Amino acid sequence: MNRNEVPQDEGSLSRKNMHELCYAVDDQGRYTTVQSSGWEAKTLALNESLELIEERVAAAAQAVRDGRVSPIAYYMELNRMDVSLLAGYVGMHRWLVKRHFDPKRFRKLKDSVLQKYAEVFDISVNQLTDPFSPTDA
Amino acid sequence: MTIAFEHRQSAHCENGVISNLLNHHGVRISEPMAFGIGSGLFFVYLPFLKINFAPGFSYRPMPGRILRRLGKRLGIRVRHQRFSSPQKAQAVLDEKLRQGIPVGLQVGVYHLTYFPDEYRFHFNAHNLVVYGKESGEYLISDPVMDRTTRLTERELDRVRFAKGALPPKGHLYYLERLPDRFDLERAIREGIHQTCRDMLAPVPIVGVRAMKWVARDIRRWPRRLGAKTANHYLGQLVRMQEEIGTGGGGFRFIYAAFLQEAAAILKRPALMERSREMTAIGDAWREFALDISRIYKNRKSGPDVYEGLSDRLLDLAERERRFFLRLKKDL
Repeated sequence: MNRNEVPQDEGSLSRKNMHELCYAVDDQGRYTTVQSSGWEAKTLALNESLELIEERVAAAAQAVRDGRVSPIAYYMELNRMDVSLLAGYVGMHRWLVKRHFDPKRFRKLKDSVLQKYAEVFDISVNQLTDPFSPTDA
Repeated sequence: MTIAFEHRQSAHCENGVISNLLNHHGVRISEPMAFGIGSGLFFVYLPFLKINFAPGFSYRPMPGRILRRLGKRLGIRVRHQRFSSPQKAQAVLDEKLRQGIPVGLQVGVYHLTYFPDEYRFHFNAHNLVVYGKESGEYLISDPVMDRTTRLTERELDRVRFAKGALPPKGHLYYLERLPDRFDLERAIREGIHQTCRDMLAPVPIVGVRAMKWVARDIRRWPRRLGAKTANHYLGQLVRMQEEIGTGGGGFRFIYAAFLQEAAAILKRPALMERSREMTAIGDAWREFALDISRIYKNRKSGPDVYEGLSDRLLDLAERERRFFLRLKKDL
């Protein structure tokens, strides 16, 4: 890659006024570093992954509305986690976290447990128990 | 307290931290040099391990390896510490800063507040340097950032004790002792040897063989898993290859820069030629990424598209195989 071929596309980096460093050769073939604001090919690949996450979040939100799972499952997706990761953060076993996905069991959870989940998701207990209430949005 | 620490942006976090820490102690080792001596160039395919709902690919060795190998090859003693309690972890960090020692940290990316949202995944092997503390905020030199930043005690605590795969557990490290003189030439040779060995390894999940395995799987994914999943897997390949830290082309350009420096130090003009070849290989990796991105752009994904991508990757693997055989002979 020649230094003037280093891509300077608009993307998530340029929006935050950030750059990443790329290695490229100058006209004499010597290596040098050039800042890049982003590359469309990579942005497209990133967006593909983000779309997948959004789909999962939307599906989880619907499942919560339908009463099929507890809001914990929704917030887990929103935070790009999976069950084992969430279990690690709350310090409980995976199967216990999975049990808390059950809306009936979720309603019976103690405040201290709810508090743990809320802390991990960086939200209040109210937001955790009532994720789609407009006041918290 | 603030330690006079020179922040220099690098492509990859691990090399960057090593290079900047050494620089702080008056040892000038460039990022590509650290990468080359630490045998940073790699390829591994972990089809049974799912990361973000796609198989694991990596263009670099396990986190921490580069630093460890570099330390061994140059005779630098690095002290590592992990902690079970965040309080202890913070106390030791503060103590080191008081002693005027810049400290390297392994952290999770997800809770790094200064990263763009798109880059925030649960990845726990990012590296940065803490070079001071002012009114309860840590002064951070994150080598992939343009400039230095700050994190509050709580924010830093959070990233140091991120959970999931490869949890940092407060992992901190600093240079304890530097040797009086380095045998740079020998270190370079050892670094190159290991990279040749890794890339030509007779196991299916590592090096050029792993690339060939991925190439064969690309043909199978659309039939077995459907176009959507196949495209997601391919996206993972691109993300790993072009993520911040790779310097473009899956670290191939950084390695070419290393070979150029090595040619001068070892006085081997042949390595200049290898550097040019590696640059061309890096360009081909980028073409490969571009071809994959066209699937998303054009929403076109017939079987011929996957055949084409598979062929391209096979070709890349074969080129790298021949390249590393030549490189091995050059030493």
